[in-house]
Amino acid sequence: MLVELGHFALILAFIVAVVQMIVPFWGAARANRAWMAVGEPAALLQLLLVGFSFAALIYAFVTSDFSLRLVVLNSHTAKPMLYKVAGVWGNHEGSMLLWVLILAVFGGAAAVFGGNLPASLRARVLAVQAAIGVAFYAFILWTSNPFVRLVSPPMNGEDLNPLLQDPGLAFHPPFLYLGYVGLSMAFSFAVAALLEGRVDAAWGRWVRPWTLAAWIFLTIGIALGSWWAYYELGWGGFWFWDPVENASFMPWLIAGALLHSAIVVEKREALKSWTILLAILAFGFSLIGTFLVRSGVITSVHAFANDPERGVFILVILAIFMGGALTLFAVRAAAMEAKGVFSLVSRESALVVNNILLVVACLVVFIGTIWPLVAEAFWGRKLSVGAPFFNAAFTPFFILIAVVLPIGTLMAWKRARLKPVLKRLRPALLLAFAVAALAFALQTGRSALAPVGLALAVWLVCGSLADLGSKLGQNRDFKRVLRLPRADWGRAVSHGGLGVTIAGIAGMMAWQTEDIRVAQIGERFDVAGYSVTLARVERVEGPNYLSTMATMEVTRNGRAVATLYPEKRSYPVAQMPTTEAAIDNGFWRDLYLVIGDAQAGGGFAVRTYVKPLANWIWLGCLIMALGGGLSLSDRRYRVAAGQRRAAAPGPKGVPAQ
Amino acid sequence: MTRLLVILALCLLPVITPLAAVAVQPDEVLSDPVMERRARDISTGLRCLVCRNENIDESNADLARDLRLLVRERLQAGDSDTQVVDFIVARYGEYVLLTPTMAGANKILWIAGPLMLIAGLAIAVGYLRKRERAEVESELSAAEKAEVDALLRE
Repeated sequence: MLVELGHFALILAFIVAVVQMIVPFWGAARANRAWMAVGEPAALLQLLLVGFSFAALIYAFVTSDFSLRLVVLNSHTAKPMLYKVAGVWGNHEGSMLLWVLILAVFGGAAAVFGGNLPASLRARVLAVQAAIGVAFYAFILWTSNPFVRLVSPPMNGEDLNPLLQDPGLAFHPPFLYLGYVGLSMAFSFAVAALLEGRVDAAWGRWVRPWTLAAWIFLTIGIALGSWWAYYELGWGGFWFWDPVENASFMPWLIAGALLHSAIVVEKREALKSWTILLAILAFGFSLIGTFLVRSGVITSVHAFANDPERGVFILVILAIFMGGALTLFAVRAAAMEAKGVFSLVSRESALVVNNILLVVACLVVFIGTIWPLVAEAFWGRKLSVGAPFFNAAFTPFFILIAVVLPIGTLMAWKRARLKPVLKRLRPALLLAFAVAALAFALQTGRSALAPVGLALAVWLVCGSLADLGSKLGQNRDFKRVLRLPRADWGRAVSHGGLGVTIAGIAGMMAWQTEDIRVAQIGERFDVAGYSVTLARVERVEGPNYLSTMATMEVTRNGRAVATLYPEKRSYPVAQMPTTEAAIDNGFWRDLYLVIGDAQAGGGFAVRTYVKPLANWIWLGCLIMALGGGLSLSDRRYRVAAGQRRAAAPGPKGVPAQ
Repeated sequence: MTRLLVILALCLLPVITPLAAVAVQPDEVLSDPVMERRARDISTGLRCLVCRNENIDESNADLARDLRLLVRERLQAGDSDTQVVDFIVARYGEYVLLTPTMAGANKILWIAGPLMLIAGLAIAVGYLRKRERAEVESELSAAEKAEVDALLRE
């Protein structure tokens, strides 16, 4: 019964979204306040309805209602509760429902917090947001309905893919979707601004928090996914340049560019049309990501659905929204006049360079991702574009970004001089070179990756410190640092975080030690200064799996370091084995142990990895997200919101027409 | 439909999931560490044909194991690295190469990045020069200016 109500609520939400799309839009065109005002209650009602619908689906999973097709395919009574709930979005239909739920959450948030927006802008933002909703409700209801019943329900379900039964991956999709869908707000604001024909500093200030929030969620989502791959897939890789990973990485790069260009709009009223274009593209790449993942056009680890009908539907959605928005952009962009004047050497220019590098890096990833399709379609060549290509083609752009970044953050707005900036950065530069030399000396005959990567990391972290230091003033008043605006802290912290991530990637990729061998029970062997003993191997029974669990003792110079329990699990219902690596996490290195098959001549295949700086990769991501959060909580956004509410919304900026 | 999905899952998952046996097995490793290093390097650049986006070094599929052994066999027979790769490409097509070649249309793929960067920088410099030369227009309207003057007089 509750399930039917959920289905019904979803249909109602679709209808409400249609109303929310049409009425406020028409009201804004006719300057009819009453019609415009429909947007807010409609957005909240829509949120309520989708929320109920989603709750109903969760209820069906939690109670293992096997009359629902989706529950049968993705759940099992023996599954732990966390994964019963996570199973809701561990499949195509449920994850699309999560998609529209988050879309409605952002629409609702815009309705609640948008009180300070001019009425017509708010009406248009909510209408565009609803239009996206309409498209995806239709997609769900017509091609991917999660509420389909079975005529004869089976006794039990077929279980969730065991790989997905993991805490890291349970929370990975919601964060990623919060990021993807959060970019829809930037898109809605961009289209609304094009319709209004006006972009001013205030617009930049409204768009930036939404983009920032989306970017934070994307950062966390991507980091969770990568962390999961690291410990779950069994050889400790953290990034595979898989199409689905690229699908999340491209919006992240564009969102990063958008974050920075929106600052220029906000502070200097320049780069307006470019920022609008980025906002459209950011969401465009989110949709492309959804298309790549959902259509199964490039099959990969994550492809749940290989249904062409769905792919075509999303492609049509993509074509309509991108085509429409870009056409509108072509017609209206010329009206966005820049106001700020600045010289070639200025913070503005530095941010332009940042934008170019991020966007080109994103396009390189994009071209690499779709190239196999293009090559097959046009030249009939079946080829692969894999990690070696992306490493070679993408990395130079990020090296450039890291090199330019600290210089850019220290440049003044409008007109800067390079000399004082470089002088301020001299300690960072010297330290970076020193670390590079040290790294080079420590390693013999290995790749340049570690020296370069670590030098860049030091350069970024010390550059961020120099950035904070530059705010101290003449008399080095350290108390002033604590009173700095949160946006300044956010900038320094997130840029430092990027440095930490780069250090982690460089350290792990360049200095990893690997050992593959057959070990007998009780055998002891040495890997990179650690002694590893395979003490025991036993059979263990888990809630919904059987496990072969090894007990391995690790010592260093006779002192115990850790006792680790790598496992090999077998999930009888899903008929799938998984590898559970055992990891001793450390600040300087991870010990990563994997137990393999029993060997014919006795003993077990054992892999041991020592991965220096591994955790820095995800630590850096967390720091980046934290920096984003600091920036998001800056007083400017709250005060600006309050002020505008008090003041009469008089016309500001240059009207386009 | 249900059956189709199950079959699909069964076909796809075992090859893309790390099975209990992870990638390179102890019995495959060559005794000569230099040659083994070369084999590993070659392996990371070759795609496992039955997997999705996995190289043969990481894959657990039987075919990947066969290819790993083939690579080692060729190396022991005295082939150079390129000869080994050419041998496998001749057998399985360019699909096995994770690093696309520079041949034909693939040139576009390789030079797209640098080209876009140059184009982007050129456009940006043009734009920035225009911004630099742009007249410093008054950012306030006449009415706003009067208001400011009034405030300043107070």
